[in-house]
Amino acid sequence: MGQNTQFAEEIRNRQDAILKDWIAYQQSSLTLRRDLVKESDLREASRQFLDLFSEAFASSADSASPAWKPVKDNLAEISKARAVQGFSPSETATFVFSLKQPLFNLAQQRAGQDGKQLAQILWDLTVLLDRLGLHTTEVYQESRESVIHRQQQEMMELSTPVVQLWEEVVALPLIGTLDSERTQVVMENLLQRVVDTGARIAIIDITGVPTVDTLVAQHLMKTVAATRLMGADCIISGIRPQIAQTIVHLGVNLNDIVTKATLADAFQVALQRMGAMISKAAPTA
Amino acid sequence: MERIPILKMGPYLLVTIQVDMHDRVAMTLQDELTERIVSERAKGVLLDISTVDVVDSFIGRMISNIASMSRVLDAETVVVGMRPAVAITLVELGLALPSVKTALNVDAGMTLLKSARKMANNGRPSR
Repeated sequence: MGQNTQFAEEIRNRQDAILKDWIAYQQSSLTLRRDLVKESDLREASRQFLDLFSEAFASSADSASPAWKPVKDNLAEISKARAVQGFSPSETATFVFSLKQPLFNLAQQRAGQDGKQLAQILWDLTVLLDRLGLHTTEVYQESRESVIHRQQQEMMELSTPVVQLWEEVVALPLIGTLDSERTQVVMENLLQRVVDTGARIAIIDITGVPTVDTLVAQHLMKTVAATRLMGADCIISGIRPQIAQTIVHLGVNLNDIVTKATLADAFQVALQRMGAMISKAAPTA
Repeated sequence: MERIPILKMGPYLLVTIQVDMHDRVAMTLQDELTERIVSERAKGVLLDISTVDVVDSFIGRMISNIASMSRVLDAETVVVGMRPAVAITLVELGLALPSVKTALNVDAGMTLLKSARKMANNGRPSR
């Protein structure tokens, strides 16, 4: 313990020298992203970390002790920021691991010829810095996961557009797999748009749905039923031959629902019901 | 005790639910509506639930029952203005109300009733 305190004292005394070395190592390492981090920012972050590090090291060499909490929090902040900026895990962890070299140098100078003492210090430092490095990676992973989660949600919102085809006719082109969560979003979007536009006919196009199993069919039927309750009629279009076969093989009953092979057919039916029609213009020549 | 007013519009009855649908209120409505359909010789019922934002299975079944009862009394029922959340809830409860006619708003509902009546009167002299 006493040895640690002395060593911490030493770190603090030579902080400037260590900092200089450390930054040099960080800059010389291949994993530093000069395009993503400014040197002044790096210097500031390193100085702050070294301050906290020497302070914590003075009280305990065990990274699990509460004295190390400020250090870990600081590290967590750095790795979160780097994860968002687009650093890779090893680039992020290098921040901690590159501190090994300057500290080892210091230990060597201090211990001189005393091999036993040197080994002890090096071991303590290695364990400590490895743990901090792992901590960095863990936090990095967590923040990456939260980014992925957010993107997933955004994708879900983006992937369910309801488009207006005609007065009182809306269409919902579905793309991608339909799970329960997504169906819920789709249903809410569609019903809200039916209210907003006063649509009488809603066309659900499933051309972009790769597979239809019983669950997906059930989701579709629920959406159709809810739309009908709102007072609008539903047409399902874009049923590929493969999907038609699957639906019949599964024994799903779609008899109560109007289905069409293509969106064009469904649109035509919709127009008919609205009493409108589209025809080719008479040749002008 | 709260009551739901039943308004007469030509040959149709307009019911606008503007209070919380407690079970007792719903039962009273069912009684009064059937009475009125008979006494007014109504040919259609418009049930406007655009201000209802909470339903349970009981209310869902009530709506279905009212529609069936009116049909027995020769009056078509159209449920209008159902909110998206209510529609989703009813479907999740398994009450898709297949026998009930629906429309987006009172306007569309009235058009539906009129066209249904015209079709029913086809070939017969209208009253």
